[in-house]
Amino acid sequence: MSFAVVKAASYTLAHTPDFIPFGSTPTTAKARNDYEYFDTLKKGLRSFEDVVNYPPNQCYIGNITPQQLGEMAQPWYQSAAPAERTGKYGDILPQEEFFALLKASDAFDLVALTPEFIASANPKLAAHPQLKRFTLDAGKAMSAIDMHAMMEGHKAEPLTMNGELVGIVKQAHDEDENLSAHIMLENLTVKATGAHAALMLEAQGQDLSDIDYVIECSEEACGDINQRGGGNFAKAIAEMVGCSSATGSDLRGFCAAPAHSLVHAAALVKGGAFRKVMVVAGGAVAKLGMNSREHLAKDMPALEDCLAGFAFIVGENDGVSPIVNTDIIGRLNVGAGSSPQAVTSALVSEPLKAVGRKITDIDRYSAEMQNPEITKPAGAGDVPEANFKMIGALAVKEGQLERKELMNFVKNHGMPGFALTQGHIPSGVPYLGHGRDAIMNGDINSFMVIGKGSLFLGRMTNLFDGISTVVEKNPGVHGSSQNQAAAFDKDEARRLVAKAMQDVAARLAGSENE
Amino acid sequence: MDLENQKRIKDLAETHGNENVVVVLGGAEAEASGLAAETVTAGDPTFAGPLAGVQLGLSVYHITEEALKETFDADVYEEQVGMMEMVLPVEEIAAEMSQFRG
Repeated sequence: MSFAVVKAASYTLAHTPDFIPFGSTPTTAKARNDYEYFDTLKKGLRSFEDVVNYPPNQCYIGNITPQQLGEMAQPWYQSAAPAERTGKYGDILPQEEFFALLKASDAFDLVALTPEFIASANPKLAAHPQLKRFTLDAGKAMSAIDMHAMMEGHKAEPLTMNGELVGIVKQAHDEDENLSAHIMLENLTVKATGAHAALMLEAQGQDLSDIDYVIECSEEACGDINQRGGGNFAKAIAEMVGCSSATGSDLRGFCAAPAHSLVHAAALVKGGAFRKVMVVAGGAVAKLGMNSREHLAKDMPALEDCLAGFAFIVGENDGVSPIVNTDIIGRLNVGAGSSPQAVTSALVSEPLKAVGRKITDIDRYSAEMQNPEITKPAGAGDVPEANFKMIGALAVKEGQLERKELMNFVKNHGMPGFALTQGHIPSGVPYLGHGRDAIMNGDINSFMVIGKGSLFLGRMTNLFDGISTVVEKNPGVHGSSQNQAAAFDKDEARRLVAKAMQDVAARLAGSENE
Repeated sequence: MDLENQKRIKDLAETHGNENVVVVLGGAEAEASGLAAETVTAGDPTFAGPLAGVQLGLSVYHITEEALKETFDADVYEEQVGMMEMVLPVEEIAAEMSQFRG
């Protein structure tokens, strides 16, 4: 069987400053009546232009490469030059368009908007190449007075623009906390931002109507009191963006889920169960402003002011697009241990060794691609750089690299982190777009996608999680790979034998009837 | 330091006695390691968690510090920590940690 290929990848952001109070850190501050935090937060909010111009965001949507980002002076938030909201892989939505999309995602009349907001937002939707399919129904508008009444009864969460009420998200059930207004707001956000990312694949010329399976891999859970987390974001998004030939399901694995999804998608296609699989993920409301206390204390803007999304398509081998080499899968098995050394060995060196390759044979590594400007002030260090150092150090230990070359390895095989700290978003896959292009342009031959997840947060196990695979240059459908040619011949032989046996059976049946 | 971890450490110290608890850190960065060390000695400097205003004065070391390293079987240490020793700013961490021990 031929390897599956990466056909396209999209990356999107939605600037949501008025959603930051719904994040986990601000929610905690609110519960403690920490008004000082909210006063400081107001001063740390960025304008839409600042968000668009921010270099890591430009890298995420594909207007600059990670290498170009690495050459820019830091702090990046102070060195931003004017830039475009639309990039090669996706775009950045202003809050107004995001709220409009939230309503477009609403299948149960849970989102209500004011007549003024609808009148203002509809022309914006109409002007967006991918969102123009949606129009808000002015006949379903709700007055701000009615909205306030619902909020006072704790039956709705507010949608505000610069503090002014423009809409609400209502609870979906009177008693079920799994369908509370807050959870509905989180889940509709996943659907809206996931749909936005999927539609930006269409902007790249991809036909969504012949996708036959969708995997959604964010970190939220939708369901009711009887099946919290029952799903299914994947089909909800598929329906919204016109994947009419698709079925699908949600895959969860903390921050590692996107890398798991890449492997699943490649296996589904290579195994022949499905021909064209879309992996999609929406954004995480809880992560908005997660490290904002530390950012504000250091006189930085609250950089976690956007929701992120991504989508990518894994399809049958077209002879051109980079392949997902599922002969190389790093598995952090239950018995693998969780020391950094054990994890890096299991995810990087062991799967490469199994196919006779070295760590240094892989041109780029894409591990946890968090933007270091967000994580370093919070005490978490430069996460991608730490990963590349660990991979390089393992190469030193295994005699594949000289110790003095360690930092050169980090520079040449790594890249600066550019993804928002939205949990699953940085998990290896932010480089699929850039990496695919780098392979297609002949700049590199291969990259490894590594996902890692902290399962202990769910309090079910202390285990750590991770999975990896390699994306590399396509040798061509009937290319030089003898294995592929042999597999083709075997399949053909099986088909001929099966047909011959059917013919014999038919003849025997015929002779019995005579 | 994570609030849940603060609670666990406080409970352990209450159960076993402060003098019988040693906190071993594995953080990747000097400043964060220092903050964790301060939390279990002088109390939570952010005044957010269960150790706010609680001076446990626990013994606290980073896994890469010499004093702790020499207590391990060398082969086990090499297998479990050797790679990270190459990666972490070991001297910077040791300097930061020493500030929180009398």
